[in-house]
Amino acid sequence: MIEVVNLTKKFDGVIAVDELSFRIRQGEFFGFLGPNGAGKTTTINILTGLARPDSGSIRISDRDCTNNPKAAQHLIGVVPDDSNLYPELSGYDNLCFCASLYGMRKIQRQNRSKELLATFGLEEAANRKFGGYSKGMKRKLTIAAGIIHNPRILFMDEPTTGLDVGSARQIRLLISRLHHSGTTIFLTTHYIEEAERLCQRVAFIVKGKIVKIDSVSNLLQPVLGKKAMLITFCNPIMNLYEKFERTFPNLKCESLSDAQVRVESMEPIYVGPLVRFFEDNGSEVMEAKRITPSLEDVFVITTGIEVNTMRKEREKPHSIP
Amino acid sequence: MRQWIAFWNIVLKDMRAYYLKPPNVSWGLIFPLAWTAMLFIKSGQGLENILGLLPGVVCISILFGSTSMLAVTVTFEKKNRSFERLLLAPIPLSLLMLAKTGGAILFGTVNAFVPIVIAMFLADLSTISWNIAIPGIVLIATVSTFLGLFIAVSVSEVFEAQTFSNFFRFPMIFLCGLFIPIASLPVFLRPLSYMLPLTYGADILRGAIDGTNSMSLGLGFIVILSFCTILFYVSLRNINRKWIV
Repeated sequence: MIEVVNLTKKFDGVIAVDELSFRIRQGEFFGFLGPNGAGKTTTINILTGLARPDSGSIRISDRDCTNNPKAAQHLIGVVPDDSNLYPELSGYDNLCFCASLYGMRKIQRQNRSKELLATFGLEEAANRKFGGYSKGMKRKLTIAAGIIHNPRILFMDEPTTGLDVGSARQIRLLISRLHHSGTTIFLTTHYIEEAERLCQRVAFIVKGKIVKIDSVSNLLQPVLGKKAMLITFCNPIMNLYEKFERTFPNLKCESLSDAQVRVESMEPIYVGPLVRFFEDNGSEVMEAKRITPSLEDVFVITTGIEVNTMRKEREKPHSIP
Repeated sequence: MRQWIAFWNIVLKDMRAYYLKPPNVSWGLIFPLAWTAMLFIKSGQGLENILGLLPGVVCISILFGSTSMLAVTVTFEKKNRSFERLLLAPIPLSLLMLAKTGGAILFGTVNAFVPIVIAMFLADLSTISWNIAIPGIVLIATVSTFLGLFIAVSVSEVFEAQTFSNFFRFPMIFLCGLFIPIASLPVFLRPLSYMLPLTYGADILRGAIDGTNSMSLGLGFIVILSFCTILFYVSLRNINRKWIV
């Protein structure tokens, strides 16, 4: 469905995308995972025709789109990272207009717009101006606009970034339904758990390069069976790592912040001895909770970057509910 | 057929979203009205001079109506990224930009008829050659709009679009022979006058309205058409180069 070979793009001498090669099968849910500035949006822009590659080739649905991105634009839908519909038009008019860009006739576009407004729970806001919508409503309508013409391939750039938990959850549910209806989905995100939950195959992209690409189940193999615990302290803890290693040779302890550590092991972790150890050494434990190692751990192991940032991201209130 | 559905809906959307908004409609009415009154009072002549003033007022109404409107709307859409929606649509860039400019051309053309309608109540317009005036008006609206497109592609902020528009418009008003005959301009400015599309547009309108054109009408149409073609293709090239990087 999508075949990318040695795709490279530079901006003012800085490499944004560095010899990317990957294939996405028809009906697949493919995730592009990486920190901000990794090259995710640039890749989507090139694939959809908003940017030109410096070198490499792109084929979408057996059409060569390298120099002619228009060749496949009727097959693709795009949900950009920004809700970029027309603020002065109503939700309904925005959808009708987007449908008209794909040549849909009046009755078709009116019916489809009504159908999508109902699907996304925006019927009551249909005649309100898009500029007055909440952030969550804007994202929903932007996704609706991206699929108005029933595209075979949908590119979604950070669809849930900045949304509250409820809206993000609703949007993930809608994306999941789209995939089950047969749409090929290319999703970029920096929420690793989102990719883990939704995608079938994931590529880790760092500084414009794909460092790992595989199915989610294969990627998770190295951390399967691993146990982990997150321990939070009332106050910043002292440097106890050497003593910890001597006391618990089978456990690995890693600092996440002044007052938080992560303990990992391939064997079961018992809470009591750990809490006693820290309290005996002058660190009052506020909370100790078990966590399941995830794709995030694989990402950290594979890329070796953004350890704290990625983990803090998961602890944020807007992270995956 | 599908491409024309997109084309027509882009024109309609722009008309609804931008050009038919009350502030723009009132601007389209008040501005030509103010210019007509100002020039009429300044001329110190009677109603018989209305036909002499009409080409200038019509040109200014079109120029101010279409150039800045197009420049501002395209820059605004580029800034809030809604323009990306159009670039993602499966229609050729040239057709897309013709659709984007279509609304402004219509707006400029309609603006041109405001002073004409006012003049109808004050003077006898039966001598006007409409078969020359109407194509002339549409061509002036087209070249003014394409100038707006050229400006939109050259700037990135909405306020820059306004400023840059004035950089072209005001010198053009005074150098195109509307109010000061080109023959009366300093010798070093005269070549500049002949490099401005409005010089030829104003001359066509003078020919159509009171028969006082100084150049051949055919030459006027050819030159304006050439300006339209050059401005449009330079703008398309710049969009390809700057916006699809």
